[in-house]
Formats: sequence, C-alpha cells, structure tokens
Amino acid sequence: MDADEAAWERHSVLRVVPPVAPRKLAKVPFVELADGRLQGVVSSGSDIERVYVSSIAAGSHAMSCSTNNNRPCGGLHGTACKHLGSLVDEAVVQYGVDRVARYLRVEVPEDGRLIGALRGQVERAPAAVVFSRFLRHLTYLEVPDSTEPLAEMQWFPTSQAVR
Amino acid sequence: MLEVKLKALLDGAPAGVDAALDVVAGLDEALVTGFARLGPERAEALTAFAGALAGTPLGARLGEAVEKAVAGSVSDEHLAALAGGRSAVLGAVHDALLDGLDEALGRSRTAWQTTPDAAVTPSSAAAASTGSGGGAATSDSAEAATETLGDDAAGAASASVVGALAGCRAWLREVAITGWRGVDHELTTACDRVVEALLAVPGLRGLAVLVDGLAAELRALSPLATAERVPARRWADMWARGLLLAQAGAWHGDVAEVVSGRLLLLGVDVQEHGTAVRAQVYAVLEPAGGRPSRLVRTSVAAAKVETIVGSAVWRLLGAHPVLMGALADHRSVEITDMPLLAGGDLVWHDDRAMASTPADPFTTARVQLAEASAPPVTPLDRHPVQIAEPVLVEGYSSDGRLVRLGETALPVDLDRLPAHGPVTAGLVAASSACIGLMRWDGGRWLLQPLAVQATVKRKAVVAHTGDWAMGPTDPKVVKAEAKAGDAVAVLRERARRLLRR
Repeated sequence: MDADEAAWERHSVLRVVPPVAPRKLAKVPFVELADGRLQGVVSSGSDIERVYVSSIAAGSHAMSCSTNNNRPCGGLHGTACKHLGSLVDEAVVQYGVDRVARYLRVEVPEDGRLIGALRGQVERAPAAVVFSRFLRHLTYLEVPDSTEPLAEMQWFPTSQAVR
Repeated sequence: MLEVKLKALLDGAPAGVDAALDVVAGLDEALVTGFARLGPERAEALTAFAGALAGTPLGARLGEAVEKAVAGSVSDEHLAALAGGRSAVLGAVHDALLDGLDEALGRSRTAWQTTPDAAVTPSSAAAASTGSGGGAATSDSAEAATETLGDDAAGAASASVVGALAGCRAWLREVAITGWRGVDHELTTACDRVVEALLAVPGLRGLAVLVDGLAAELRALSPLATAERVPARRWADMWARGLLLAQAGAWHGDVAEVVSGRLLLLGVDVQEHGTAVRAQVYAVLEPAGGRPSRLVRTSVAAAKVETIVGSAVWRLLGAHPVLMGALADHRSVEITDMPLLAGGDLVWHDDRAMASTPADPFTTARVQLAEASAPPVTPLDRHPVQIAEPVLVEGYSSDGRLVRLGETALPVDLDRLPAHGPVTAGLVAASSACIGLMRWDGGRWLLQPLAVQATVKRKAVVAHTGDWAMGPTDPKVVKAEAKAGDAVAVLRERARRLLRR
C-alpha cells in the first residue's frame, strides 16, 4: 500500500465479497455458503423434473440430502451420496477449495478431494429453506432490465477473475 | 500542460478534505458499534460530527438527532438527519475535489439549475451538500433533505412504493441501532423481503441494488461480531444513501430535455455485484442543429446471479443491441428524441438509436473531449465515489500500476480493471495512450482505464473495455465461455420447470 493511501476502513470502494468462478450449472444449478452450511440444489440424473437439496454443516459436517418434496435421498447412508459429491465438487469450482474448506472447517486433504475428509453423521436438514432460496435466486432472471441512472452501482466495480 | 496541472491536483487534497472525512469517520464508527451501544468515545465523535455542521441549515436538526442518539432514543427522523448531514459533508468534499479536477483538465461544467420551487423538490434537496454556502435558500433545501421529501412522495406514490420504502427504512433503522458488528443471520435474512419489495418497483431499482449488494457483503463477512475488520466508510456510504433514497425514492428527477444528434462513444464502465450488472457508457453528444458538444452518460442494467461473471455478463444486456453493437464495433450512434436528465444521464431507448459511421473513441477523445461541456452533478449524488470524469492521457510511461507523466505519477485503478474485456494491467504497462475515468478514493486520485493504445511485440494493439459487448473476440475467452456453458439458458430452463408450480 502507498504511504498516502488511507486505511482500508476509510475506502468507499472495496471488494468485500470474494469473486467466484463461472462453472457449468446443469448438474448443480445452485450452491451457497450460508446459514452455517454448504448447501445447494442438485439436478436428478434420472428425472428432469426432480432436484435434490443437499447440505453439509460447517464444523460438524452433518450431511443431508432429500428431494425438494422432502423424500430422503436413497443413496445417503453413512457415506456421502453422489449428490453431495457433486455439490462439494461444484462448490470448489465456484469458490475455490480453500474458501470451501475454511467455511466447513476441514483440512484440505493431500489429494484435494474434500468429500473424502468429511466424516459427518447423516442428519436431515429441512429442504424447504434451501429450495426457496434457490427459487428466489432464479427469480432474479425474471427482473426486467433498467435504464435508470443507478448511481448506486458506482460503489460496485467490475468483477475480476478468480486468482 | 496537463502534466503540470495534474501535478498540482495530485500533490494534495484541497484544504479541509481530510478534516471533513475525519468528521464523517465519527459517524461511521458509531454505525460499527450501533446506536444502542454508543460508548463515551463514540458519543463524543458523534457530537463532533453534529458540531461540524452546526453552522449549516441542518445544524439544529443534527444537534437534536445526536442528543437523542447519545441518550439512546434515536428515531427515524433523527437517523435521516444523520444521513443527510453525512451526505452534506461528503457533498462538500466531492465539490472541492471535482472543482480541482475540472481546473486541471480545463473542463467547463454547466451549473446546476435550481428550480423556483427548489425547496420542495427532491432533486434540489441536498443543495445543502454544496457545503460552504449556507444561507437562507440552502436552509430550505436542507429542510427538504430530511423531512419534506418523505411527505411529498407519500401523497403521490402507490401503496406498494410506500410499503417498500417503509420496509427499507425499518431495516436500515435496525441495522443502525444494532451496528455492523451486531448484524446477525436473522437481520441479514430479513433484508431479502426488503429487496424483493423494492425490486418489484422499477423506479426503486437503485435502492434495491444498493441494499442487495450491502446484504451480500454482510453475509460474506459474517459472523460480523468476530470479523477481523469492517468496511466502515463503505457500509456507512451505502447506509446513508439507502436511507435518503428510502425517504421518497430516487431523486434524478423528471426528464430535463429531449435530445437528438450524434453520439460519439468514449468507452464503457461495467459495474456489478452478485445480482446486478450495469454498463455505463461515456460519450460526447453532438446535438442536432449544431449546438456545442456535451459530455453525457447512459446506462443499461440487468439483474443476474453470482455465477454469471466475466464476459458472460454481456449476454444479459442483449436487449440493447444498438448500444452494444456500437461499443463492440466502435461506431457512432444517431439518437432521436432521447430523454436527458439534468445530471447528464441519457435514458437509453435502443429503439430510438441507430448505429452509424465508424468512430474511433481515441479520435473522439483527442478532437472533442477538451471542448465538450460537462453536466452538473445532481446535488444528492455528490459524493467522491461518483466522480468518474473521462480523460485522455497520452505520452506517458507505465509499469501497469502507475502512469508517469514527467514527474507526475498517477496510480492506475487496478481494482476496476475488467474481467469482461481485454484491458489488462499488462496492456496498460505496454501502453502510451489511455482513455480513462478519473476517480478518487482512499485519499487519492486514480486512473481507471477504459481503453489503451499499446505496443506489444512491436505491434500496435488497441483494447477497449467494451470490445466484447457482442461476445468475446479472444479465442481463449471464447473457449472458456463455451466450457462453462450458457448459465442463463440453464437457469431459465430450471426456472421454467421449478418456478411456476
């Protein structure tokens, strides 16, 4: 930093939210680190109308996977199902392995595969909250364009690529 | 010439700027701990904040607001007064900085026209923010800034607008009382409903994207109680602007005039957060009928989700093909009967625009930029972060971090180098001419490149931030985009199947 430059706290323009990387969304359309969980929505491999809501709790690594209609995932007993595997893989693409590991509070294993380091119990978490957050996420694509001056956006500079 | 004047500009902030920002920091710190937990030190800083504005039209109101805040019974009106006072101080800082820049650039700026009924129109409300002035007329405007504003709009606005604004004010009040450090999961989540209500009203889009962006940052730094540090100035900026907007909505006002003529584009600045992107285009307008050229801006914005980033954001702006095409192809645009707001913003209508002859932005900058007159700044928009003056800088040397003109070194705004276009720090380092925006933050001037002319491996290279507006032209980027697939299409398909149940 420059000697003349003011302290971080005294800047108006700062990058507070770390950048995310683009990724293929077909398999896992939604991932987030929120509510103390890595959680998201995974498309069913067999039924195009069905999705699974999967989550892993930070710290305890408690695992949950069920359909959006709250039916438990048949593949999840004791070890992570393929939906949870996809969720973690895609979260790593989107946020980077370090950020996901830090959030879940897990050491990154030597092979870099986080899912192998997670040994949580199966513990059903409610799918409704995550699913409604996903639906809310989708509604942004329905918001019409704006040609208002939007001076507010001056606080939000362009995104940069993930380093 | 520019070199000498820039040196004067860069050598130090205008008198009073540092002191004014110290005063603002007093309020910003209070927002970190929250009005419910003001210790003696914070209370003293708040009192100093009110004291600094004692001689202004907002003085009495602020005095009362701080007194109540310190006593632990701050009301919505008091908070609005604090936000208004903060904006007044930063408005004065803005004016001092912009005056200095205009002088260095030799730029002539149209004066803000105060309408006769200024005291009750939102757009004039922060004439108080012109700072040093004072006097009776400003007094009326300052009154308007904090109170009349709300009353005015309530009469005309629909129930959904009133409800959305009230919800937003309530959330901002909770945040102020709790303080950034006290914001928890519940309070952050409560913002979702506020944003949904605001997004439903097109005229409140600015407030919606502001509050949504703020909420995402609160989430990113949570748990805030133990966060290493809190961006106090930045969040207080957003809080204050949000609270003022939540009184009666946006203040950019009615259409000042309708213009036709030739638009010569200088460049584009793309701004974004997780759920919003906007392309703001800077241009010289040659009005039909041979009147003098003017600097204008125009802006198109779209909602998005955080996984749509980089060059993919351009696809979201596809509903404005004339503007995007002109950016990508470096063409001028003929516009007919386009609304122009008093602050210099053209309200873009793609159907009133027609792509015209090729026009190199560097030629426009060399031939027209010095002569074109700049628009006045809408009073309540006066804040250092809003300073973004297009400039042409030539004949310098650069390492990508600094642009050196003789003995003058101007830092490059590296944080604003885009992921959505081909302008990189490497190209800036190899460049000798740049169209950019002069910005000010963190106590210093910065140059944000919009376009560069460079020499790479003895070949001339020109890059503009809008070169990929119709899709990337760099094969590597095309490949990366293809690999990620069309995020919008995938999500729309998911939405179609899952949303309408």
